[in-house]
Amino acid sequence: MMAPILPLSLFQPGVIISLAVIGLGLAYLLRRTLLGKEVDRKVIFAFIFVAVATPILFPITFEVKATPIAKALFDKIESLPEGTKIMISYDFDPAMAPEVLPAANAVVRHCMQKNLRVTFIAIWATGQSLLNQTLQQVVRVEFPEKREGIDWCNIGYKAGNEGVMNVIVTNLRKMFPTDVNSRPLDSLDILNGILSCRDFKLIVSFGGGQPGPKEWILYVGDPGNVPIGAGTAAVSAPQLYAYYPKQLIGLLGGVKGAAEYEFELLTKYPRFKEVDAPGIRMMGPQTLAHVVIIAFIVLGNIAFMRGRRKEGDK
Amino acid sequence: MKRQIPLLITFIVGALLIVSVFVPPLEGMQENSTLFFDIIAVFAFFLGGGNLIRIHMTKVARKKGDWQYSIVTLFGFLLMLSSGLFKIGNPGDIAAQVDAAGSWFQTIFFYLMSPLNSTMYALLAFFVASASYRAFRAKNREATILLVSAFIILLGQTPFGTMLTSWMPEKFSVLEIPNMAVWVMSSPNLAGQRAILIGIGLGVVGMALRIILGIERTYLGEDKG
Repeated sequence: MMAPILPLSLFQPGVIISLAVIGLGLAYLLRRTLLGKEVDRKVIFAFIFVAVATPILFPITFEVKATPIAKALFDKIESLPEGTKIMISYDFDPAMAPEVLPAANAVVRHCMQKNLRVTFIAIWATGQSLLNQTLQQVVRVEFPEKREGIDWCNIGYKAGNEGVMNVIVTNLRKMFPTDVNSRPLDSLDILNGILSCRDFKLIVSFGGGQPGPKEWILYVGDPGNVPIGAGTAAVSAPQLYAYYPKQLIGLLGGVKGAAEYEFELLTKYPRFKEVDAPGIRMMGPQTLAHVVIIAFIVLGNIAFMRGRRKEGDK
Repeated sequence: MKRQIPLLITFIVGALLIVSVFVPPLEGMQENSTLFFDIIAVFAFFLGGGNLIRIHMTKVARKKGDWQYSIVTLFGFLLMLSSGLFKIGNPGDIAAQVDAAGSWFQTIFFYLMSPLNSTMYALLAFFVASASYRAFRAKNREATILLVSAFIILLGQTPFGTMLTSWMPEKFSVLEIPNMAVWVMSSPNLAGQRAILIGIGLGVVGMALRIILGIERTYLGEDKG
């Protein structure tokens, strides 16, 4: 169970401790910078460590207002009628998982709550194991009444990258004759009437590399006229804005996107207040890390200006 | 003849695949060619694995620099390969999925590969902070604009940014940091990204035509067309 979510306030113990530790350190560094001393790289590393570790030890949680691009995906899933067949693709590796998996879990949770029928797939080899993590930790635990093959199915990973998408946009069974447990797709109730990706009402791709959401848009969304939603690592999000809102209906960028989706979800469905929300939890460390990076940019510029003025004096 | 046959194959396959996009009855040709590609790619897996073993075995045998790491690489590779191939510890039979709960494959993935990969990625935060301190300086007008954009995005990605400007009246909501971050992403960034994408698209079409028409021959080992 997660800590209660509060509006961001400076009067949370986690905020006070974090700001005290980091603020005092930064004030000391500012003084040194004004005296003309450069900050050593190890000091910067230490600050980032403290900025990330302190809010983990003394949790800070707060409201995260959804941006329109994240809200668009939430609203799309919310608008789908019960029983709608959708596909969710896991196209990422463990390196991206801390950023992308919370968003994937939140979307899967939402789909299950809405009684959508979900077909899971992986275009990255590592995606299948991460997909299993979602199935074990979210679907099987929180929705034990959902039946494999009827409410959801896992057709797993197939090598071939964009080639796989190129085939399944016209013929799903040609590339995936069976699911991960070697059961023919024709024997799965959930895939009755699904011949290709064109028959899904929505495809959500979670990824950040290639192939990923962009390739789903290019190879499946556009030619197949299927709405595509995405969750991606923060570093990849700017590249996907070019496709929003026509080719990409919504986007969850990094931990912030996950937190926004989680917050929307538990506002709409209070039962999820009892489950872990890693996106919201990670906003504390991310916020402080960003503040520390900004502080160091300011310090760097003070040192730079000071150096330039000195050179001018000479 | 050594050159003509590959060029002819490239031309025929390329031309047919282009035609198949516009002629619905030929749609199946695209699917089949992708399946052929997958079959060929399987051999690349063997080639890649074999090459990895050969390179690291040689390194260990000749005790080249850092040869100890090669032992770790070989051990990791063979352990993961055998765990998946022979389904060691897998609670199901041979038809069960390779990464079923409880299998060695899944255990190694979760408790070794996953944390190691995440750690490598997380180290970026330290280097980004250090690089920002040293390189992100307002040296001229362009650098200053970049710096201001970075501030807006960094703050916009956190609730702290919301807090800083949440006091603003509704009619000035466009000046709230998260909204400004969205504007930076969806206007200047979007314009730049679209320009890059269109450029890449035209480049890909041009290169594809050069290969199909046999003008670009570097893939055959030639330096010039």
